Amino acid sequence: MLLESKENLTIDKEEFKPLIVAFCCNWCSYAGADLAGTSRLNYPANIRIIKVPCSCRVNPNFVLRAFQNGADGVVIAGCHPGDCHYSTGNYFARRRLTLFTSLLNYIGIESERLKVDWISAAEANKFATVMNDVLEKVHKLGPNRKLRDVRWKR
Amino acid sequence: MARIGVFVCWCGSNIAATVDVKEVAKEAAKMSGVVLSTDYQYMCSEIGQNLLRNAIKKEKLDRVVVAACSPRMHEVTFRKAAELAGLNPYLVEIANIREHCSWVHKNKDEATEKAIALVRAAVAKVTLNQELIPGEIGIEKRALVIGGGIAGIQTALDIADAGYMVDVIEKTPSIGGKMAQIDKTFPTLDCSACILTPKMVDASMHPNINLHTYSEVEKVSGYVGNFEVTINKKARSVIIEKCSGCGVCIEKCPSRKTKSEFEEGLVNRKAIYTPFPQAVPNVPVIDREACIKFKTGKCGICKKVCTAEAIDFEQEDTKIIQKYGAIVVSTGYDLIDLAKFGEYAYGEDPDVITSLEFERITNAAGPTAGKLLRPSNNEKPEKVVFIQCVGSRDKTCRGKTYCSKICCMYTAKHAMLIKEKYPDIEVHVFYIDVRTPGKNFDEFQRRAVEEYGVNYIKGMVGKVFPDGDKLRVYGVDALSGDTIEIDADLVVLAAATKAKEDAEELGRKLSISTDTNNFFTEAHPKLRPVETHSAGIYLAGACQGPKDIPETVAQASAAASKAIILLSKSKLINNPCVAKVDETICCGCLECTNICPYEAIASTIIEYRDHGKMIKKLVSEVNEALCQGCGGCTVTCRPGAIDLKGFSNKQILAEVDALCF
Repeated sequence: MLLESKENLTIDKEEFKPLIVAFCCNWCSYAGADLAGTSRLNYPANIRIIKVPCSCRVNPNFVLRAFQNGADGVVIAGCHPGDCHYSTGNYFARRRLTLFTSLLNYIGIESERLKVDWISAAEANKFATVMNDVLEKVHKLGPNRKLRDVRWKR
Repeated sequence: MARIGVFVCWCGSNIAATVDVKEVAKEAAKMSGVVLSTDYQYMCSEIGQNLLRNAIKKEKLDRVVVAACSPRMHEVTFRKAAELAGLNPYLVEIANIREHCSWVHKNKDEATEKAIALVRAAVAKVTLNQELIPGEIGIEKRALVIGGGIAGIQTALDIADAGYMVDVIEKTPSIGGKMAQIDKTFPTLDCSACILTPKMVDASMHPNINLHTYSEVEKVSGYVGNFEVTINKKARSVIIEKCSGCGVCIEKCPSRKTKSEFEEGLVNRKAIYTPFPQAVPNVPVIDREACIKFKTGKCGICKKVCTAEAIDFEQEDTKIIQKYGAIVVSTGYDLIDLAKFGEYAYGEDPDVITSLEFERITNAAGPTAGKLLRPSNNEKPEKVVFIQCVGSRDKTCRGKTYCSKICCMYTAKHAMLIKEKYPDIEVHVFYIDVRTPGKNFDEFQRRAVEEYGVNYIKGMVGKVFPDGDKLRVYGVDALSGDTIEIDADLVVLAAATKAKEDAEELGRKLSISTDTNNFFTEAHPKLRPVETHSAGIYLAGACQGPKDIPETVAQASAAASKAIILLSKSKLINNPCVAKVDETICCGCLECTNICPYEAIASTIIEYRDHGKMIKKLVSEVNEALCQGCGGCTVTCRPGAIDLKGFSNKQILAEVDALCF
């Protein structure tokens, strides 16, 4: 078993294709991602977006689940502070996820794997930049192993 | 077992060029629950929609995934199509394989793989979707307008003309606002009162309009279509119904030490007063802080002289509670406090005045009956200096970063008014830039320079120095670099406009947001300029940002039409994706009530039978009409009893699992 996993490790390093799950709020960041599409900006295909009504809808539990299931990085994007469609949702998200980032650090997960950012519906460029940045960082960190469920096959 | 249909759209070549749509449809067919998987060139076209509808009927589909463009584009289209085929619209999910896939990726293999993953996530989610039925709420056919300036008056008249009842709340004793103080209006130089006062009278005579002057909003609860507002009607001490407006009480009142707010403090008013002769309603009010009767108990002359017996010293504040369907906020603006601008000697020398004070001085109904006289000695000035951008476009903490928008035009107007009456007076204007975008605005300003010979100097004033009888104005001409010294007799400061002091407080009551400058924020700067983020609350006039009169009136009519659209509906349909409490799990900690921005969660006590005993339990309860569906409460909930319909924990986790496949 041990040998096998070591072999896997070397293979991973050669062909490491990080998987990033992005939670985007419906009003700003999801629209920003749409605009990135309309503007034909390019970002890597390993970024997968899930629509949520507001960044405050993202339960840290969802992030852990993504890491357990093999995601190498997670992005949570919402409206800029002060611009939340629900007036205060992103403030709650910010507070919650600041704590959660500390928790990730504490349990030994590189906190760079989780990116919380504010992307407005007009910031298509920012959307692409943030996604590329996260991907680059996760690339340097290598595959996420620590949180991955041992039963997971990928 | 679910019967899911997957429809993959080509979007012409928009998707099909980068994503192998046949492959996506083939892979989707293998997914759990999928009984039909197909592709078509244009799913949104009539043929595409028919394909979807027929498939729902023929294959007895109970859930649908459309892999196409962004749900922001056509989610509504496909949901409507499904509804026509008898399927609950909330059993349709969209996989965004255009904006989020084919348009942003170039490698066909990678894009196809991602498209399959996105479809898998949508299939996983839709499997857990449940039928949702939007609720209906009734609408109170009555509107509230907060603020009785020109914006409020115009809004109220428009809504009232459409046949709905309107209440106008005005803080001061009369409607009219800032426009009532102004002498002439740019760019036509027609008299402000001549165009405003008829509107004020119209508003007071209109059978559908109720004026609540000398009143304030105390509390607002409820939601779109069903607001409940508590209005505090301050004690006027004069009975409106009895008063004939003869004005004898004002004449006889011995208290004359209070500065007149309407005259910008240039003269004093009595303790019983109407702000100005054309006030609507023309009923005086007793300023209890200035009134000798209220201060010492001795006097009461007004009561003795009033033949109509309208004076009532015992009158108390009254509360009115009224339901409204729509609210329009039109609270206007103020000028900034110039105490921090010591270099201009405002407040130190009486001959340094603000532009609004100048309006009163030049106004025929003002304290000098329209004669331009220096406040210090009541003599005609020989040289007048106008200083623009006092606090506007000022990045320091004492000013405002924005352009106040109206100052360039009213300064040109003031300069012209002086030159018209007294061609011998020298007029100098210091400016940073002259900004005159507007119909006939630039022509107007150029007339001031070319026809009236007003001296425009590009540059700022460093210091205004009271020197004996004169005001020494030190400035720089930025174009030549020369320092300029003018011995002026009168200096007029174009002070920056600012939001009302209590805008933030009112915003909190209405749960609408204010920007960094305390102006109310519109829902979208371009496409929803008169709506707020709170449904059913609209904005008109300068409370949303600096505005001149034509713009204010245009926005007021726009806000009115938005309110009329709302009031004319028989029922409102609300978003069914709202929070839901599982009472059996709820522990009654009520954490969720603290986080809810809409106060949509309250507590209730439920009773249930457990082992033959009736047990009472405190649980949270969501008001579905108030809940906007942000989902913040779901994360806060400790036992996990609250979930969001349409975006449930299970649904999102299923998406996560599917994407990480």
